[in-house]
Amino acid sequence: MSAEWPLWEIFIRGQHGLNHRHVGSLHAPDAELAMRHARDVYTRRNEGVSIWVVPSSAITASSPSEKGPMFEPSQDKVYRHPSFFDIPDEIGHM
Amino acid sequence: MYAQMVKSEATQDDPEALAAFQARIDAGEKIEPKEWMPEGYRKTLIRQIGQHAHSEIVGQLPEGNWITRAPTLERKAILLAKVQDEAGHGLYLYCAAETLGVSRDELTEALLAGKMKYSSIFNYPTLTWADIGAVGWLVDGAAIMNQVPLQRTSFGPYSRAMIRICKEESFHQRQGFDIMRKMANGTKAQRHMAQDALNRFWYPSLMMFGPSDKDSVHSAQSMAWKIKMNTNDELRQKFVDQTVPQAEYLGLTVPDPDLRWNAEKGGYDFSEPDWTEFFEVLKGNGPCNAERLAARQKAWDDGAWVRDGLMAHAAKQRSAPIAAE
Repeated sequence: MSAEWPLWEIFIRGQHGLNHRHVGSLHAPDAELAMRHARDVYTRRNEGVSIWVVPSSAITASSPSEKGPMFEPSQDKVYRHPSFFDIPDEIGHM
Repeated sequence: MYAQMVKSEATQDDPEALAAFQARIDAGEKIEPKEWMPEGYRKTLIRQIGQHAHSEIVGQLPEGNWITRAPTLERKAILLAKVQDEAGHGLYLYCAAETLGVSRDELTEALLAGKMKYSSIFNYPTLTWADIGAVGWLVDGAAIMNQVPLQRTSFGPYSRAMIRICKEESFHQRQGFDIMRKMANGTKAQRHMAQDALNRFWYPSLMMFGPSDKDSVHSAQSMAWKIKMNTNDELRQKFVDQTVPQAEYLGLTVPDPDLRWNAEKGGYDFSEPDWTEFFEVLKGNGPCNAERLAARQKAWDDGAWVRDGLMAHAAKQRSAPIAAE
């Protein structure tokens, strides 16, 4: 059997100037074809104005088993949220 | 449905881990690919998502049959776009299945070897242009019934694929209904074609939801894991209740003499499809099983040199700059 085309992750920037967002993946032999396939698979309804294609093998992901040590430390820093502080009504919007 | 009679795989995991997993699902958490999951959950999902993906791809064949013969340029462009969407839906689903540790080529080979199935509905022929209307209206309509609740399924990549698919699916059903409406309001011959298409596609559409709940032994585990969201009979009832008034609007007759509104239950009473026929089609004895698989096999074989050639080209391009240095 032949070798399978490698997997690519596809990121698309929508109309409204937001960040590129991961939309899915696809198989393609190289970056150029990954780009063409991404256009056909993920922007058939005018969803994007820009596409990034990245070989899936190039992505390093955080490990689910380290979810605790990785993200929990931010939970006890509630003062990072503006609602932590009381602002007197007389001050108005701040 | 597009995934009919998916057998839940037995699971032999640590009971404590299983209970913790079930608690996450009950709390509405999404399960993501690299997280721990019971082997049975993984295997059942591979089978279900794979079968769904195969159905999207094989489902292109009965409709593709009419692209070159669509009655107007506009209808042809619309049908082409619809069939292209089905290819896209197949790809979203293969990608979701791949996150579970199976490759797309493995899935394709399992289909060609007869180890995986696709929906029974695509083993029926599309004989006239009205059939293209009936397929969009009834077959895509039935698919939507199942896919809308699956947007809330517990497996993240499957849920996200379903959300994309549902956004696009409504176009498919409406284009089918629009064809039926045109035919039903056309000449006597056209009306006759529309009625004939409904006659032939009604019961196969009801079969899409799978056997009756009383004969569906694998549902309980899949429902607990939220990879099946409603029972087969619930969805079938909903489909009939939605579709009968649409048929009446078209002036067409649903081919069921026992179809009746039941005020007490707030839904229609209707005849069951012929389940013997359903099981025969699943076994490979439907009108088009051999033709559909042969078409997939031919596409796979004829495409091999293209897949290999593009890989060889990509390898050559990668090594070219090094050779030049």
